[in-house]
Amino acid sequence: MIEVKDLYKKFGKNEVLKGIDLTIDRGGIFSILGPNGSGKTTLIKCVLGMVLQDSGQIFINGESLKNHFKYRNEIDYLPQIANFPGNLKVKELVAMLKDLRNTKTTKDEELIALFNLEPFLNKKLVNLSGGTKQKVNLVLTFMFDSPLIILDEPTNGLDPISHLRLKNLIKAEKEKGKTILITSHILSFVEEVSDEIVFLLEGKIYFKGSINELKTKTAQPDFEHAIASILSSSYV
Amino acid sequence: MFKILKYSFYDLMRSRWSYVYFLFYLLLGLMLLFLNNALSNAVITMMNVIIVLVPLIGTIFGVMYYYSSREFTELLLAQPIKRSSIFLGQYFGVASSLAMSLVIGLGIPFVFYGIFNSSAIWDFSLLLVTGVFLTFIFTALAFVIALFNENKIKGFGYAILLWLFMAVIYDAIFLISLLYFQEYPLDKFSLVATLFNPIDLSRVLILLKLDISALLGYTGAVFQKFFGTNFGLVIASIALLFWVIIPTFFIWRIAKKKDF
Repeated sequence: MIEVKDLYKKFGKNEVLKGIDLTIDRGGIFSILGPNGSGKTTLIKCVLGMVLQDSGQIFINGESLKNHFKYRNEIDYLPQIANFPGNLKVKELVAMLKDLRNTKTTKDEELIALFNLEPFLNKKLVNLSGGTKQKVNLVLTFMFDSPLIILDEPTNGLDPISHLRLKNLIKAEKEKGKTILITSHILSFVEEVSDEIVFLLEGKIYFKGSINELKTKTAQPDFEHAIASILSSSYV
Repeated sequence: MFKILKYSFYDLMRSRWSYVYFLFYLLLGLMLLFLNNALSNAVITMMNVIIVLVPLIGTIFGVMYYYSSREFTELLLAQPIKRSSIFLGQYFGVASSLAMSLVIGLGIPFVFYGIFNSSAIWDFSLLLVTGVFLTFIFTALAFVIALFNENKIKGFGYAILLWLFMAVIYDAIFLISLLYFQEYPLDKFSLVATLFNPIDLSRVLILLKLDISALLGYTGAVFQKFFGTNFGLVIASIALLFWVIIPTFFIWRIAKKKDF
């Protein structure tokens, strides 16, 4: 599904990605982990074409991303910080995105009900709280039925009930055979949903495999300690 | 591109600032007409205001819109839309909504005053056309500056400097160089120098149309000979058009290579 080859990117003098090679197959939930500034978001943005790599190649379904934009029809992306044009109402934003994507068959009503957003539909986005904005963000992401879903910190600011509903939603999407890419710092969340994890450290892939493999590799009893042991060895 | 244009346009149309801008021109038009009592005089006064103010507003609005719609832009970038359409759409959205406020705001009082029955109609149309050109030119320049600068304060600073340079400093340098090189033939130089500043270009164009170029002295005669003819008018329009096309091209190019 996604193939990343020898990807390099630096911002000024700051080298963020230093040769990433990554293959993600169709179907399943993949979590990208790593300390702050390890290049998780940059990697995702490269896949989305928002950040242009210095060298290396990315293929989605075997097609190179260079000078393409239509492939983003196949991707639903949840940005890390939920900021929207403030002048719009929630309803209008949903309608606008549908119009921009040229699709009429979406699951927006279902999702709005799921996250209890009906009372906010006629409110302007600038007046919404952070958590509500994140819910709107989730609706906008999941309402299109694309085979690849990329979630950047999806649990940000969500209350426990919405958190639970989000987990169920992600699992349901996986059942449909979709590929889901997640970055998160909430380890319990990652442990619960992911099939496989990719650990980024200083712009390189430090580990890729299942959580059990990680535990064996680091010789730690649980996931949290396994991650902590990688981080502490890198911080020293 | 047209969808983005549409949404940017609507977004601006419902923001308070377009109304403020529109009302400002409406009041300006009404006031000038009451004070001047004659259409052609009002047009001249209007020119002086438009030539300084339209570029300023275009610059500030362009920069402000770019920075305040960053989130919207990022949302759009993840959608299956071409990058160039996003930025060009936003640019044309901003510029056309500003141009509309200008044309309607100034148009209403003049229409009620009877511009259609007056000989000043052509002068007035030329004024509006140059105003629209200036809006598109300076909004495009503002977008280019904003695309270059991640830092808002810097972006604003450079944009204001650009306006100051075009509206004030350029003329000063122009004048000083005319004085300094007065022994040399300067007609060609001043013609060319005028083409390189859209504000000067618009001013000269309107002054010549108003047939008051005698006020400009010898240079005025040279200018009249050049810009007063149809050929000159065509050249001046092409120059203004290039002032729109070149920055727009830069918007397209920078947007293509930028990281978000």
